[in-house]
Amino acid sequence: MTIPTNKESGLGMSKIAIINGRLADPTGDAPLPGTVLIEGDRIVAAGDVAVPDDAQSVDAGGLVVAPGLIDLGVFATDKPAFHFGGITRAALMPDQRAPLDEVGLIRQATRAGKPDFWVHPIAAATRGLLGQEMAEMGLMQMAGAKAVGTGRQWIADSGVMLRVLSYASGLGLTVIAHAEDSGLTAKAVATSGETATRLGLPHAPACAEALAIARDIMLVRETGAAIHFRLVTTKAGFDLIRAAKAEGLKVTCGISPAYLFLNDQAATDFRTFARLSPPLRDERDRQASLAAVADGTVDVITSSHDPRGPEDKRLPFADASPGMAGAETLLALSLNLVRDGHVSMGRLMTLLSANPARILGVDAGSFAAGSAADLIFVDPDAPWIVDRAKMAASADNTPFDRVPVQGRARRVMKGGMFL
Amino acid sequence: MPDIFIPDATPELTGRALFPHRHLLSIADLKPWEIRFLLDEAEHWAQANKGQARKHDGRLAGMTQINAFFENSTRTLLSFEIAGKRLGADVVNMAAATSSVKKGETLIDTAMTLNAMAADVIVIRHASSGAVRLIADKVDCPVLNAGDGWHQHPTQALLDALTIRRRKGSFAGLVVAICGDVLHSRVARSNMLCLAALGAQVRAVAPPTLLPPEVEMLGATPFTRMDEGLDGADVVMMLRLQNERMDGAFIPSPREYHALYGLTPERLALAKPDALVMHPGPMNRGVEISSSVADHPERSAITEQVAMGVAVRMACLDVLTRSARGVEGWA
Repeated sequence: MTIPTNKESGLGMSKIAIINGRLADPTGDAPLPGTVLIEGDRIVAAGDVAVPDDAQSVDAGGLVVAPGLIDLGVFATDKPAFHFGGITRAALMPDQRAPLDEVGLIRQATRAGKPDFWVHPIAAATRGLLGQEMAEMGLMQMAGAKAVGTGRQWIADSGVMLRVLSYASGLGLTVIAHAEDSGLTAKAVATSGETATRLGLPHAPACAEALAIARDIMLVRETGAAIHFRLVTTKAGFDLIRAAKAEGLKVTCGISPAYLFLNDQAATDFRTFARLSPPLRDERDRQASLAAVADGTVDVITSSHDPRGPEDKRLPFADASPGMAGAETLLALSLNLVRDGHVSMGRLMTLLSANPARILGVDAGSFAAGSAADLIFVDPDAPWIVDRAKMAASADNTPFDRVPVQGRARRVMKGGMFL
Repeated sequence: MPDIFIPDATPELTGRALFPHRHLLSIADLKPWEIRFLLDEAEHWAQANKGQARKHDGRLAGMTQINAFFENSTRTLLSFEIAGKRLGADVVNMAAATSSVKKGETLIDTAMTLNAMAADVIVIRHASSGAVRLIADKVDCPVLNAGDGWHQHPTQALLDALTIRRRKGSFAGLVVAICGDVLHSRVARSNMLCLAALGAQVRAVAPPTLLPPEVEMLGATPFTRMDEGLDGADVVMMLRLQNERMDGAFIPSPREYHALYGLTPERLALAKPDALVMHPGPMNRGVEISSSVADHPERSAITEQVAMGVAVRMACLDVLTRSARGVEGWA
């Protein structure tokens, strides 16, 4: 099956009709045959719609057509990996060499991917991500920041966090929080348990997460602010979030595939590619994470893409930097959740596209009229093997090396143009 | 405690099958009969070292042993140096802790450099858990772990086991209390695995703040009260409490630690009358152990441990280089 290039199909003209696709609509369940109508860089209609006479037809060849993935929380702008993974937009974490705490850096970050990839920077909530003084959130919002975040750190001072939440809510920005009580985690690089004890690694109890979430939920209740916990990985954490949602608080949370498919034993033999932040959890928490995806507690699945070369990873475990290259495997690993019956295809696209768009406040990630024409053409069953040696990412630090997976984004369309 | 399968008899093995490992990195890699094999080999050297006559053996003549210590050490470095020299190796010490070597990619670079110098065996100590394995993966010669972070110190466990075996005869049913800062101790981790594999009943005795979680999985029963942990013990193994842990972070003060967890003559009386006292050194006298206990002529095995250290390290250097030396059955 071949899909014509932009030139062959004459794309770039005003009206396009994508036909013969199965639409993975975030508002639906299983993919349904349908047509997507595009005008310029926007979707006009999708579903059982007639193809207008003046529209250029693009044959999807029976592939699943889905909104491009919106990755809520990456640490690098790594276009080849994003293209491979079907990611059309990503929220860039403020944890850069120079933390994203001022207007110029935000403006620069928004330009880094265009035109074929959009970066939505997350502004540092505090100057230098130090958790002390508020950064210029409003000015950074005007420069293109779509959320504010605490980065990979916790704001330990509850007074500062209260004011960050309060101020951000006034701007209509969601606060993207890291849920680990830093007093407990300190220099820990692993979750307390058998593996950490065997390897002799500095460790912290998993309740560091729930402790942080509990405080922040109370501050959200106080301020009415919107908070998104970027990665929640423990049963106790999900229980708190479930209760907060039931109460009607503006609380959402995300997870990365690593926490759904690996547990703390992945660090055995000091495998630094399994050194993540937060650290991998025990099997009980992994199972609780899958349950939280299935019951709707989890709102977002993110790659947490953080490509790290040997200078950061070929080190003793505790000295290595945390993070994994996850952009290429995000879609394929997430499709496991559909195959295993945890979520429908539509729900998966809600987790991967619609909800991140909503949290960031961008018109994308859906088939609704007016949404950006960012689409991926997915062969959901195509088998392939994750191979460090063949990765598109700028580094090969995947803990899923040699793992067989299924599902590939065959083509990526950004703003009505094939990449 | 998990069921650990301990075969009654050593399998009928000869040559390389007795110890089919290229490196000695962790006790966790060893089968019980492989540990016993190393102890038997070390026993031979313990006998040979005892006499007043010349102790030189010469079987490692022409081989280069590099002691790469990325963390300060006096006794372990000295012990490995003497062991190598008694076997006739050319021993070179690299005190990386005081040189410009830093962590990071330099660690791999240092490994490559050592490898390029065609060392025949490398002994490594490093402050980070897992660092020695990282280097071992990059070099062509056998690597001996002389301590990595909180993780492992296998020759210490072997020398402790040899000391106990010489004093007590066997390990079956022997109650060994490992007391003190178990959390940060590579000595404790190696010893728990080693002694449990040999059939001893191991106890980990520490304040709750210095007891690692799931310590049972390493074969030890946890105790947080010193008196209960010492009750009926055949061997009392004390651990060094690092100065930087005494400042209120893990225990309130050295004074309180001594009062609650120090091995005093009164407390030692709770153990069996012939209980052996051990310490990997260097000791904090008056903190984890009283001088009168440490210097007790019959009960203290502390200086014997040092002597066994040389024997164990000679055995390990010998066994690990047999393949390279073309010893029959070891090629």
